[in-house]
Amino acid sequence: MENLQDNQFDVWEVFIQSKPGLPHIHAGNVHATDKKMAVQNARDTYTRRGEGTSIWVVPSLNVTASDPDENEMLFDPSNDKMYRHPTFYILPEGAKNI
Amino acid sequence: MKNLHNDESFQKRIDANEHVEPRDYMPEGYRKHLIRQISQHAHSEVIGMQPEGNWITRAPSLRAKQILLAKIQDEGGHGLYLYSAAETLGVSREEMIEQLHSGKAKYSNIFNYPALNWADIGAIGWLVDGAAIVNQVSLQRTSYGPYSRAMIRICKEESFHQRQGYEIMCKMMAGTLEQKQMAQDAMNRWWWPALMMFGPHDSDSPHTGDAVKWKIKRESNDTLRQKFIDKTVQQAELIGLVIPDKDLKWNAQNGHYDHGTINWEEFFEVINGKGPCNKQRLEHHKKYHLEGEWVREAATAHKMKKIKRERHHLTH
Ligand SMILES: [Fe+2]
Ligand SMILES: [Fe+2]
Repeated sequence: MENLQDNQFDVWEVFIQSKPGLPHIHAGNVHATDKKMAVQNARDTYTRRGEGTSIWVVPSLNVTASDPDENEMLFDPSNDKMYRHPTFYILPEGAKNI
Repeated sequence: MKNLHNDESFQKRIDANEHVEPRDYMPEGYRKHLIRQISQHAHSEVIGMQPEGNWITRAPSLRAKQILLAKIQDEGGHGLYLYSAAETLGVSREEMIEQLHSGKAKYSNIFNYPALNWADIGAIGWLVDGAAIVNQVSLQRTSYGPYSRAMIRICKEESFHQRQGYEIMCKMMAGTLEQKQMAQDAMNRWWWPALMMFGPHDSDSPHTGDAVKWKIKRESNDTLRQKFIDKTVQQAELIGLVIPDKDLKWNAQNGHYDHGTINWEEFFEVINGKGPCNKQRLEHHKKYHLEGEWVREAATAHKMKKIKRERHHLTH
């Protein structure tokens, strides 16, 4: 997270929760030298119109992402495991509320 | 979905309307085209703050001043969203600013025209933001994920920009004779440059081929320009403003307005640095970038001090 190459600070990923009860969703990123500045910049950049009630900021370098080259292995739709879906099951005619 | 590293499978993904994300394979030309387009777009948002910023202290009421401040703050935010999107392609913000300062990167030509009086603030919001919106709505469907997401966010904020501009024009057109003349004069000066914002005609735009093939650009310059004209004529007529184009007329056959010839000579002159404000805009940006240097240095020094202190804590 130590960006010493240029004078544009570190990059922080910003997650906003639009209201209590909902998940924090990635909104974009900001540049900042520390946590406090990151939260302040995220507030100014991404929540000028009541878009959120909570902000998370995470140094971009601390985010580990899956490798797109492994998508096939990771996100195989598992079509051979249809029993994971409710439509797989055969129910007797007339069964209600299930 | 197989993510093969070649241009052919990349094109297949594009043709299937898949979005491209930062770590996916992309042809070098795609990356370069995006960096050029997104950074130019970002610079435009930021440079575009200048003609309007010039009027904050002279806004005619507190209400007008608050609105203008909020609008300009949005534009700064738009610049940030777009710089972020460009950074995902491997270019740093510092490099982009250097390219702006050296003249290697451009910004929208429209901001090389001056905002001479309060009516210009109306015309800019209504026409310049109005034209930008037409382009940005189309770019919401651009193939590069981070660019598309930035556009969706920007479009949500833009409609207030256009409305506040139109409201200024409405008020002036309901005012004294002098105010009406000011509004019409601003209309006369901004109409043609606004049409030029969409870029050269399809028949002579050099970058269109690849951009369309890669779905970076979803609609052509002429299509977008026509959309803008068709929308705007009614708004002008409603408040008594005359579009400064004697050849403008409704074409019942194709359901669009025909318009007169655009003066591309002026366009290329301004793009190549001979506009009324080119020098001023760039110098202003350089000056404040330089004056902010100590703030960036101080913030970085503060960070380093804190890191040292934390390390000290850990080892003792
Ligand atoms: Fe904007
Ligand atoms: Fe705007």
